[in-house]
Amino acid sequence: MTTPITTEALAKKVVNQEKIRILDVRNTDEFDDWKIEGENVEIINEPYFNLLDGIEPVTGKLTKDQEVIVVCAKGGSSQMVAELLEEEGGFSKVLNLEGGMKAWSEHLEPVKIADLKQGGSLYQFVRLGKGCLSYMVESDGEAAIIDISRMIEKYEAFAKDKGVQIKHLIDTHLHADHISGGRALAEKTGGTYHLPPKDATEVTYDYTALEEGNDITVGNTKVKVQPIYSPGHTIGSTSLIIDDHYLLTGDILFVKSIGRPDLAGKAEDWVGDLRHSLYKRYKELSEDLIVLPAHYSFAEELSEGGSVSARLGDLYQRNEGLQVDSEEVFKKMVTENLPPQPNAYQEIRETNMGKITPEDEKQREMETGPNRCAVHG
Amino acid sequence: MSMKVNEVLDAKGLACPMPIVKTKKAITNLEAGQVIEVQATDKGSTADIKAWAESTGNHYLGTKEEGEVLKHYLRKASEEETKGETQHEEVLDLEELRNKVEGKEAISILDVREPAEYAFGHIPGAVNIPLGELEDRFKELNMEQGINVICRTGNRSDLAAQKLVQKGFKNVKNVVPGMSSWEGPTEEN
Repeated sequence: MTTPITTEALAKKVVNQEKIRILDVRNTDEFDDWKIEGENVEIINEPYFNLLDGIEPVTGKLTKDQEVIVVCAKGGSSQMVAELLEEEGGFSKVLNLEGGMKAWSEHLEPVKIADLKQGGSLYQFVRLGKGCLSYMVESDGEAAIIDISRMIEKYEAFAKDKGVQIKHLIDTHLHADHISGGRALAEKTGGTYHLPPKDATEVTYDYTALEEGNDITVGNTKVKVQPIYSPGHTIGSTSLIIDDHYLLTGDILFVKSIGRPDLAGKAEDWVGDLRHSLYKRYKELSEDLIVLPAHYSFAEELSEGGSVSARLGDLYQRNEGLQVDSEEVFKKMVTENLPPQPNAYQEIRETNMGKITPEDEKQREMETGPNRCAVHG
Repeated sequence: MSMKVNEVLDAKGLACPMPIVKTKKAITNLEAGQVIEVQATDKGSTADIKAWAESTGNHYLGTKEEGEVLKHYLRKASEEETKGETQHEEVLDLEELRNKVEGKEAISILDVREPAEYAFGHIPGAVNIPLGELEDRFKELNMEQGINVICRTGNRSDLAAQKLVQKGFKNVKNVVPGMSSWEGPTEEN
């Protein structure tokens, strides 16, 4: 019997930057599209169906006495391969990732970003399998969650553990890469769901407008959440400044890249907005703000400990998306040769608008694959 | 839609890797050129069957979705198709055929691939009689008007063309190489 490893245990290894060897036995197209990444992750791909007649295709690439984690889509094929490695290959430390990439895609790793000035703290939830980042601000028994993912139970459990009540669910924009849990958790907890009105023109539900000038407070006015209108990824995209120090940029600005303007089919229309937000609006803010984006694309963006962040002033020095002087060149960069769009992004948008309500299993499937919300310069 | 196949494998309700494990087993019992229908409910099976077929040299024909059930069609690799030498001398290349088809010329096309192959894409108006049934069914065809025979790569159609000539058909042409390289119009059924 092979030893299982949970996504939680694997996530700890990834954020602690431990050396990990992975044999991914999904088919090569899926592997090329999306895989487990990390600073010290060594990963090889050999589809399980090439190993049915024997494990020779991988024996030369793996060492028998080193730990190897076998991964597939849902955990079934990797179990079979793990057993083959043990029984036929004499491998001694084979682990099977329980639930496979499907479970990996849903894992959230909470990382504390900071203690806030007047009490309370800010957490980042890193969705390692998809590169999505969401946030929880808690202070004085209250919490706000920003850009929450579909797996609302995990935030609920976390809030319960901290003894805080979830009061606000905020989406910086209408997401196209993942299904928001904001509305669902607001209904469940009696909290308020905030969404930028310009992204909400087609939504089928009630929401509270997330607009510049309407600050949100968490925990008896102690923590200020200040919306800054910053269109470009979507027309409504709104950034948040928390505690006057943390800039949640949504999908406008990432650590190594910038947001793409095309996921609502309006790249040409929104290029100017994107440029204005990045090169004017953000420029007027303090350079000492700490940027906390809604995504990351590369494992190297994860710091030791697993968080993703950067000082705004530093990004103006080294983020390639912020170094383009010519508007024409910028326009070309963000509208031409874009990476493929996220899996099922149209359906995801419609789900987030409330127009369709796919079953849980279907929602999981729609979200598989990387977030692909960025343009890399 | 039910399609004529040599074997039906029920892998419904089975999770990965079982659909492929069972398909692999079932296909070893088939003769080269025969077609298997694999019924599965595992959504991941489509991409895996396709990739598996490519890596083993079997021919993935396509997948039909019927409610929750995915029906995958595979044709076992056959040596005859790698032979590459054909006997029947009268040939027509794809470009000429395409000109005739697109020029709405009245021509008759006989597609001698298996029904499942035909179903996933054939030239509009082509008649399907698989090579193995030609002996029994050649009377369905007009012997006098001339006939263009096509398959996937030109080998089965070569054998079919020779057979038709023996039966006394006039003006029989083997279309080379075949549907694997056809870029003209197709239809499915």
